Amino acid sequence: MRAMRSMLYIPGNAPGMIQNAAVFGADLIMIDLEDAVALAEKDAARDIAAGFLRHYDFGDLPVVVRINGADTPFFEADLESIVPLQPFAIRLPKCQAPSDVLLADAKMMEIEEKAGLPAGSVPIHAMLESARGIEHAYAIATACPRVRALTLGGQDLTADLGIQKTREGWEFFYARSRVVMAAKAAGIDAFDTVWTDFNDPEGLFREAKQIVELGFTGKAAIHPSQVPIIHRAFRPDEREVRKAERILAAAEEAERQGRGVVAVDGKMVDAPIIARARHLISLAGLYGMEGGEER
Amino acid sequence: MEIAQAGTLESADCLVTVAPAEEFGLDYRGGNRKIYGERTRKLVLETLKRFGISEVQVTIQDQGALELVIRARLETALKRATRGGMAS
Amino acid sequence: MNFVKNAAGRLVPTEVHGVGAFAPYRGALSRILEGNPSPSAFPKRKPEPPCRSKVAPSLKAAIEKSGLENGMTVSFHHHLRNGDKVIPLVLETLLQMGFRDLTFAPSSIPDSHDCVADYVRKGLIRRIWTSGARGEVGRMISRGEMGEMVIIRSHGGRARAIEEGSIQIDVAFLAAPACDALGNFTGCIGKSACGSLGYAITDARFARHVIAVTDNLVEYPLHPHVSVPQYLVNQVVVVDSLGDPAKIATGAARITRNPLDLKVAENAYRLLSASGILAPGCSFQVGAGGASLAVAAFVRDHMREKGIQGSFGLGGISGYMSQMLEEGLFRGLFDVQSFDSSVTGSMVRNRSHMEIDPSWYANPMNQGCLVHNLDVVILAALEVDTDFNVNVLTGNDGYLRGASGGHSDTAAGARVAIVVAPSFRGGVPTIKDRVQTIVTPGETVDAIATERGICINPRRADLWEAARKANLPIREITDLKKEVERFTGVPEPVELDTDRVVAVVEYRDGTLLDSIYRVRE
Repeated sequence: MRAMRSMLYIPGNAPGMIQNAAVFGADLIMIDLEDAVALAEKDAARDIAAGFLRHYDFGDLPVVVRINGADTPFFEADLESIVPLQPFAIRLPKCQAPSDVLLADAKMMEIEEKAGLPAGSVPIHAMLESARGIEHAYAIATACPRVRALTLGGQDLTADLGIQKTREGWEFFYARSRVVMAAKAAGIDAFDTVWTDFNDPEGLFREAKQIVELGFTGKAAIHPSQVPIIHRAFRPDEREVRKAERILAAAEEAERQGRGVVAVDGKMVDAPIIARARHLISLAGLYGMEGGEER
Repeated sequence: MEIAQAGTLESADCLVTVAPAEEFGLDYRGGNRKIYGERTRKLVLETLKRFGISEVQVTIQDQGALELVIRARLETALKRATRGGMAS
Repeated sequence: MNFVKNAAGRLVPTEVHGVGAFAPYRGALSRILEGNPSPSAFPKRKPEPPCRSKVAPSLKAAIEKSGLENGMTVSFHHHLRNGDKVIPLVLETLLQMGFRDLTFAPSSIPDSHDCVADYVRKGLIRRIWTSGARGEVGRMISRGEMGEMVIIRSHGGRARAIEEGSIQIDVAFLAAPACDALGNFTGCIGKSACGSLGYAITDARFARHVIAVTDNLVEYPLHPHVSVPQYLVNQVVVVDSLGDPAKIATGAARITRNPLDLKVAENAYRLLSASGILAPGCSFQVGAGGASLAVAAFVRDHMREKGIQGSFGLGGISGYMSQMLEEGLFRGLFDVQSFDSSVTGSMVRNRSHMEIDPSWYANPMNQGCLVHNLDVVILAALEVDTDFNVNVLTGNDGYLRGASGGHSDTAAGARVAIVVAPSFRGGVPTIKDRVQTIVTPGETVDAIATERGICINPRRADLWEAARKANLPIREITDLKKEVERFTGVPEPVELDTDRVVAVVEYRDGTLLDSIYRVRE
């Protein structure tokens, strides 16, 4: 399993930030050509992002690029210069309906063909940041196979709803639940929006904990200092890890003996619980928690 | 072709200016001038060749940019100077 | 000129013109371990007849009375930092009085003193013996404008050179933020207060003639703290101002918010933590800025969390270290040089914050200096090489732009010496095959912490093992170098005139460690 707990935003026209983005421990980074770039610099940011993707060694760190929306004059040029460089994914902003994804998909097919890449090889992370987009979450998630994640765009969504983001974030409860539900139903990942106040690590931790509990795969970070906080929120409970280890051990034992039924701590364990235990153990591996003694 | 610029004077960036000229000229300025002079000249010539441009005065104020950044800024400046027409 | 290759593999002159023969560097501790007595050079000094005031009518009168002659050596301290106006004032007065060919031997040259280059050009200064040079002075030296080689010494090395008589100070002009009429003075009090006057103490003790320069003549006796006692002072000169208080009393250094520096610092801290050295009784020195000071923040949290009290903090002291003392994280703080104004108050308030002279701090040839009991030092670098040698003196363009300071002293003394530096800066890789100038030999550097991982000196198998057990990001230094060069490229060598040595780097024990060459324009 690839960890995707944190996705660090980096402005596309800031080479000084991109060149160091890989060292802050984020599971993914996202080079932003959209909101973080002034209109007059869209072309420059695109060339910088392409330059880094082509010539820079990010190691095994996945790099996502957020392009400009289909309603802008930059959309096609962004896709044309970024897609052939095979980023981990294209983040597609402002997805309102499946047609938005299909439009990008068609364009990307053309580009992939021209570049000699397998059709559909570059994934899309579809960004839902309007009421309409949220309501179409499942249809967007299943619009085409290259959609591999839904991401919630909180700032635009508050504007669309005409509301203010509160520190508690209850106003996003429905949108978040909807995004997670649609993503899970489609079998893809779900990423939560940013915590904008990087001087408030406690607020970030509380919110990150909430979105972990809702079932998100990961959360965006707008500052390197947010990355470890998000990771802390994803840290599994020690006792649950030990229990998961017992579940997996029992499942392996049952399989060896050809038994279909597994019992742990006197309770029956079925396939989904075993799957969850596997997920938990791989997560625990990121924190060096595996194989420890129960305390 | 017209005069165009790309980049910034932020650290790790560079400001590239291209202007029509009778022949190729490169003015590479900044603290790395002495230790990256050859490398920069080579990358400028390569990029110009790709764009099919030779009569140009290139000025680079290098604020500690990586090679790939200088190349990207030069590409942007050349596209702006030629209105995006000649990029390969 | 004759050259010889020393134990660090560098060609160094066997003789410095007009000064004498120098031995090549033979290894970090070799001269100490040989155990030969160090020559002692207490100067012959004339007694001052009994009097109730040593205040001279003017600076000029004081200079006349001092017996200073052309070709002699004058010294200054650098405690007033960039606010200092005493060095320019004295040099200008000496020039007006017609002096020539002096040896200028300050403990360091504040960055703001570009004027020193002009006093060289005007013939007032013939030689410079100091810690390093930046700005116009560095460029002037690197261009080869001086007829005589500059001698660069570490803080401990300078104290040793003074005590052994290699530097014979004829007249010391010592800025004194508070001074009484008989010459008791300190840096802790007054509008130009700067904290510790450590470097002034050694100069006052060994100069043939000492002139205290003050803008704050206090009623006798100066109290409650005296840095330099009256029996070492010949004359007192009162001036309007020692300098710009805003630049003398710089604000407290804050922990950097630069995420890159924090990442570098975090890696250094993780190595310290894994090594087990952050135990009760540990001693510690960090620099004033960037990643170095940020390591102190990590260590502070660690000590608080684990309830550890350290033994002592040392060095150039920043407000951050004095706060750690006040929190009880150290039993004592030894302060040879205060880095910011918040420290000044701490020295007055807190008896455990102690002023020390540079011999006590770092002289390798005395009977035990403090750097030799350091557990941890965190050091900066302009560049390092695959043999772990460190350069803090010359920049990428070959020009002198830094100072030796206590770098080599602390590295040699500390049990764990970690260099903190980003793996590339300004598009240029930090790790080279060979640093341009060695200030600290690789045999005394235990690890280099960068944002991309930690390189551990192969001489320290114990540290490597501890880091491996703690699952730290260990990197072979040659691998990290190659990784960075993939996107920075390899810098082209700077054109140096290797026939023309403009400065020598003296190791702390008095042997020659490296040569600095003229840069071809």
